[in-house]
Amino acid sequence: MANVRTILRTHDRADRAILRDVGAIALAALAIGVSFGAIATAADLPGWLVIAMSVLVFAGGAQFMAVGLLAVGSPVGAVLGGLLLNARHLPFGLAVGEEIADRWRGRLIGSHLLIDESVAFAMAQTDPVRRRRAYWLTGATLFVTWNVGTVLGTLLGGAVADPTAFGLDAAFPAGLLALLLPSLREPVARWVALVGAAVALLATPVLPAGVPVLLALTGLLVVAVRRRKKEVASA
Amino acid sequence: MSVSTAVVVITLLALGTYGMRLAGVALAGRITLPEPVRRLLPLAAVALLAALAITAALTEAGRWAGVARPAGVLVGVILAWRKAPFAVVVIAAAVTAAGLRLLGVP
Repeated sequence: MANVRTILRTHDRADRAILRDVGAIALAALAIGVSFGAIATAADLPGWLVIAMSVLVFAGGAQFMAVGLLAVGSPVGAVLGGLLLNARHLPFGLAVGEEIADRWRGRLIGSHLLIDESVAFAMAQTDPVRRRRAYWLTGATLFVTWNVGTVLGTLLGGAVADPTAFGLDAAFPAGLLALLLPSLREPVARWVALVGAAVALLATPVLPAGVPVLLALTGLLVVAVRRRKKEVASA
Repeated sequence: MSVSTAVVVITLLALGTYGMRLAGVALAGRITLPEPVRRLLPLAAVALLAALAITAALTEAGRWAGVARPAGVLVGVILAWRKAPFAVVVIAAAVTAAGLRLLGVP
């Protein structure tokens, strides 16, 4: 953890800017954590187990899905559905793995902080040092607010269960897209993103949750098509 | 549902999720990928994040998410494109969606 502490102690302006941006999404995570805690408690899970789930799984989408499937009596579906939804973390890890830490201990801890937001914030930075800081700041901050939110939710109960209240469901996609915009300046990235998102969108009504997002990797075919075109043009 | 079933489910989900996170991170350091594949990795992350954002913006449980949420996200994206601060983007998206719902828009 010394790693995290040194990172949090640095105070240059860029860090503060990252922290301020992370703050906005962290507050949203807190509020959604509250609703998760409330929904899971309402589904008759004991409070300690709900909190343990947020600490140990630390993946909002999969947690909501697993609790929903547990509540309708489908424990096997809860495990498989949740894991399918989280399968995207493997390619994410491949993409940012070397940015997280040089040593094994850092990578073992850092892996648990691998979430959509920490990857998105890291990718939005241009230099490797800043990318690493953004990753840890985002992951650690959201880990704290998500779990504090969950604890509050288990205490407050049903009154705060609806995540669509206050438009929180719009906050996350908007934040992710805002973080993606700088990467999309490159034409190749733009096409990859566009094709990937379109494939995922078309697949969403017919395939189980988690699979459509993985199918977005077909967007990478754009790179092959463009390379072939270039070869043809230069031949 | 029994508590012991839930404990088993949550344990498996936690172990599996951490396993997939660590697998990607560990492989990234271990295997030396050929240069063209290495260059694809950031693009793979872009594709996944874009798909995640768009499906979360437009769909809910496999269906159309209504009007309020996509409208909120659109407002956020326009603000981001106009270089508004990140916090403004996120809050404007949420406020737009919540405001539209208050007006009875689904």
